Amino acid sequence: MTPLQASRKARSAIAMGFCYASAGAGLLALALILAALLWSGFSNLSPSVFTQMTPPPGSSGGGLLNPIVGSLIMTFSGVLIGAPLGLFAGTYMAEYGRNTRLTTVVRFINDVLLSAPSIVIGLFVYEITVVPMGHFSAIAGAISLALLVVPVVVRTTEDMLNLVPGTLREAATALGLPRALVIRHVAYKAARAGLITGLLLAIARVSGETAPLLFTSLNNQFWSANLNAPMASLPVVIFQFAMSPYKEWQALAWVGALLITFAVLALSITARVLGAQRTSS
Amino acid sequence: MTDLAAAETSAPREKLTEKMRVRNLDFYYGDAKALKSVDLDFYANQVTALIGPSGCGKSTLLRVLNRMYDLYPRQRAEGEVMLDGENILDPKLDLNALRARVGMVFQKPTPFPMSIYDNIAFGIRLYEKLSKADMDERVERALRGAAIWDEVKDQLNASGLSLSGGQQQRVCIARTVAIKPEVILFDEPASALDPISTAKIEELIDELRSDYTIAIVTHNMQQAVRVSQYTAFMYLGEMVEFDQTDNIFTSPRERRTQDYITGRFG
Repeated sequence: MTPLQASRKARSAIAMGFCYASAGAGLLALALILAALLWSGFSNLSPSVFTQMTPPPGSSGGGLLNPIVGSLIMTFSGVLIGAPLGLFAGTYMAEYGRNTRLTTVVRFINDVLLSAPSIVIGLFVYEITVVPMGHFSAIAGAISLALLVVPVVVRTTEDMLNLVPGTLREAATALGLPRALVIRHVAYKAARAGLITGLLLAIARVSGETAPLLFTSLNNQFWSANLNAPMASLPVVIFQFAMSPYKEWQALAWVGALLITFAVLALSITARVLGAQRTSS
Repeated sequence: MTDLAAAETSAPREKLTEKMRVRNLDFYYGDAKALKSVDLDFYANQVTALIGPSGCGKSTLLRVLNRMYDLYPRQRAEGEVMLDGENILDPKLDLNALRARVGMVFQKPTPFPMSIYDNIAFGIRLYEKLSKADMDERVERALRGAAIWDEVKDQLNASGLSLSGGQQQRVCIARTVAIKPEVILFDEPASALDPISTAKIEELIDELRSDYTIAIVTHNMQQAVRVSQYTAFMYLGEMVEFDQTDNIFTSPRERRTQDYITGRFG
């Protein structure tokens, strides 16, 4: 081996070492988090978590039924509001307004929104809904989650539709299909796995959000399915219970964290699997 | 005297009707002129091949015939393109109706991401409301017409993407034929296929001639000889020579045509 080759080999080994160390550090952090969650969360997991309301301070028993249902309701409502908006905007950008000035502007604003701190979104929605309404409400929470869903869905919709080959659109157009049908029946179908992946990632993104809900839906110690009233949610309950001095509350916070983490993990894995199917077909 | 005149102008052997007539056609990509005053006729029930080196404008010409270029901004055509006496460059023309009459098959097979059956039925549904039985029959007839029925009849519900390239291309031809167009445009339909698939496609084009007017862009001169009755040689956006295929390949009038078909350039 020449000295040049030897020095290249050495440098390669050093670089590789850094790569392995960095990947290992990341994985270690994830493993520690999951282990701590499983250790502290699993031991407190019981059927009553899913059947009982959050307990008053200092009392034993109780569960997380109201925040679980509250999180489901607000996440679902948020996606219901945000996803169509994102889908339509992304469709405009990829199908109708490709290379136009408006698309460039929208894409830039969307990127800003995508990285905007969620607490800012929460304060914004507080100003435009909670203040005029005069009280906290689940609908305000859903709106703030919707604002977090929109940029994720816009981004994935545009990216996925841009991946659909132009020849496929031309082929559909050549059959005499109007543009709207080309998009609906051919472009969406070709991009379907990617679009669903984006939606799942958006759900995963918002289901752990605490800050926007603190200013909008607040919390509720009791059962409530009223969209016009404050509503409990897992992240806010975890925040409140974990900071409290009560052992029972802290235990429930661990369980809540476990539930959210595994729900998000399941969503991400599903999204990955769907994404893999897309690339293989 | 009449015989001699006929021989000299190489008059067609059969009675021909002009299905499409292109006159004085200019085409622009932005400011770049891609077609310069092109004149050409496409006769009914004949295959017309468009040949020429890359960038000569033959695909551009084909994409004018169904106004495919309309999808893209900054592309425009000027002149006259008549389909049965109606100018299809008319801005008020119903483009979807035009494309139903002038079908197109592309270089790369483009099956839709759905089942083989739906690939065919999809286009038909756009124009006709058929019962399940009638639709089944139409799909079968289209697939038979494209010589692919025997290969796919047991897997009609399989994805169109699961077929080989040659099979996909024949499904695409079936899809085009299924909506009963009058003209079919082929844009290098076999250039991405193996020789056996190519032979099948060429055979098919010859059969389709009895029902349709066909235009085919090809880089392969043997293919032009095999499938076409008329050939147009284009160079740098101009129509250099248009004649019966036999004449173009045996006794071209133009020097540039001769140079191209003998492989001196292109």
